[in-house]
Amino acid sequence: MTFPDAIAVGYLLAAVLFILGLKALGRPRTARRGNLLGATGMFIAIVVTLLDRAIVDFRFLALGVAIGALAGALLALKVRMTGMPELVALFNGFGGAASVLVAGAAFLEVVDAGTVDDQLAVAAAVTVLIGAVTFTGSMVAFGKLRESLRWNGFSGLHIVRAATGAVALILVVGVVIQPDSLGWFWGLAAAGLLLGVLATIAIGGADMPVVIALLNAFSGVAASTTGFVLDNPLLIIAGSLVGASGLILTQIMCKAMNRSILDVVFSKAVVVARGSHDDAYGDGVTSTSAEEVAMLLEVASRVVIVPGYGLAVAQAQHAVRELMTVLEGAGAEVMFGIHPVAGRMPGHMNVLLAEAEIGYEHLLEMDRVNPMFAQTDVTIVIGANDVVNPSARDDAGSPIAGMPILDVDESGTVIVVKRSLSPGFAGIPNPLFVADNTLMLFGDGKQAVLDIVAALMEG
Amino acid sequence: MTLLVALTLFVLAVFLGLELITKVPATLHTPLMSGSNAISGITLIGALVSAGSDHSTLTTALGVAAVALATINVVGGFLVTDRMLAMFRTRRKGGS
Repeated sequence: MTFPDAIAVGYLLAAVLFILGLKALGRPRTARRGNLLGATGMFIAIVVTLLDRAIVDFRFLALGVAIGALAGALLALKVRMTGMPELVALFNGFGGAASVLVAGAAFLEVVDAGTVDDQLAVAAAVTVLIGAVTFTGSMVAFGKLRESLRWNGFSGLHIVRAATGAVALILVVGVVIQPDSLGWFWGLAAAGLLLGVLATIAIGGADMPVVIALLNAFSGVAASTTGFVLDNPLLIIAGSLVGASGLILTQIMCKAMNRSILDVVFSKAVVVARGSHDDAYGDGVTSTSAEEVAMLLEVASRVVIVPGYGLAVAQAQHAVRELMTVLEGAGAEVMFGIHPVAGRMPGHMNVLLAEAEIGYEHLLEMDRVNPMFAQTDVTIVIGANDVVNPSARDDAGSPIAGMPILDVDESGTVIVVKRSLSPGFAGIPNPLFVADNTLMLFGDGKQAVLDIVAALMEG
Repeated sequence: MTLLVALTLFVLAVFLGLELITKVPATLHTPLMSGSNAISGITLIGALVSAGSDHSTLTTALGVAAVALATINVVGGFLVTDRMLAMFRTRRKGGS
């Protein structure tokens, strides 16, 4: 068998392993094996690539692999589960950047050699655009998730963004028509980088799950179009698979928010008034104490806990696990109701609660938990707001009207653990807070839950 | 590979991906994202060729940077996914 044949067979094997791996990743029982299958496929792909005769110097290549492997392993092993959204954003961005660099290098090489054809020029231009948008878009998402980036854009943002998008498309045409004039190419890379920033800068926390899933899809598409540049079938197949899976996740997230992808991506700069909203509720709010909550819980036979991003911020997952243990010890049934967009990325709450060793048989998706609220004695909402806002269901004029919510207000008593009465991302008041069966427990999520646990132990 | 063959692969793989991923439970959304992201680090094999061929200093430099970034993606992505999935598993004590 010749070297090129061996490479082709290796790539076919890798593609099969990727497909089997992704399939297994979709089922809890086989997920870990699926990840391992994917890694095996990647290993095979890398090994057979090293047979490529175009590789004449292994020194720099080894340097790049060593740096990358070290940095990747450190990031993966050090990250806390609360930091997962940032890490996923970072990895998406690196994937996009790698595609830009690979497609760019290949393009510059054929331009030097004078052998550019239309297919390669189109593919390279598209890759550079998508990859650059993925890179800076992910970096903005990363900054927003770390809360080190607080800028939400400026008025007229959508106009500048549309103009940049139009310029980028013109530059793509320029690259294809005059591939030898590299000005078009570098201009396109710059426009793509700028567009990524403009597209994500106005996006607020609640839309993050959509954005992260979409960037995930983009990183796959960029890898796939890189395959068109390099004429490499494995890149096309693997990239498209990832693109498709990212697209499905994006769709699930959008459906859970009752928004369209276009609606999220083309959002205008939101300027939320940052004043005090305590007045919006008047005297309707009933505040409570940990002791009072403990007394309610002592006689409860079914308790549902609804976590939101605030749980991640307060790192309250272990405290919640303790609460669950105590309640279960007292004979109560404890469930978690998880909204698909709770948190900052798809599946965020599930990962956090898994870290605290809460079995996924306790984690109920929206469709399953909603019919249960009417038979639930106490529901504890920790750090969630918009996903439990009844006005999404009842008030057709509400900005979030039509968004599917968790019907926590149907349970006997609702305890809302919250720092203050400040509105959620959407900036809309939540009628749940003034409902007759709602008690507000103000304070840090973790401390509040620990206080309840302490009160239960005493009682 | 002709453009038509490449496009055929692309379209078929997209359809296959859509079929494979539909109906994934929410618990696996994050691992699916990080695991599939590691797979999209497949760009690495293109980067390896750029970094190892002696075309010009510029393309080698771009290639090495791409190798480093894509390797972070691959190594970090698979590792962190495994870490997460291991957490999911610890609770099913003794069960199969």
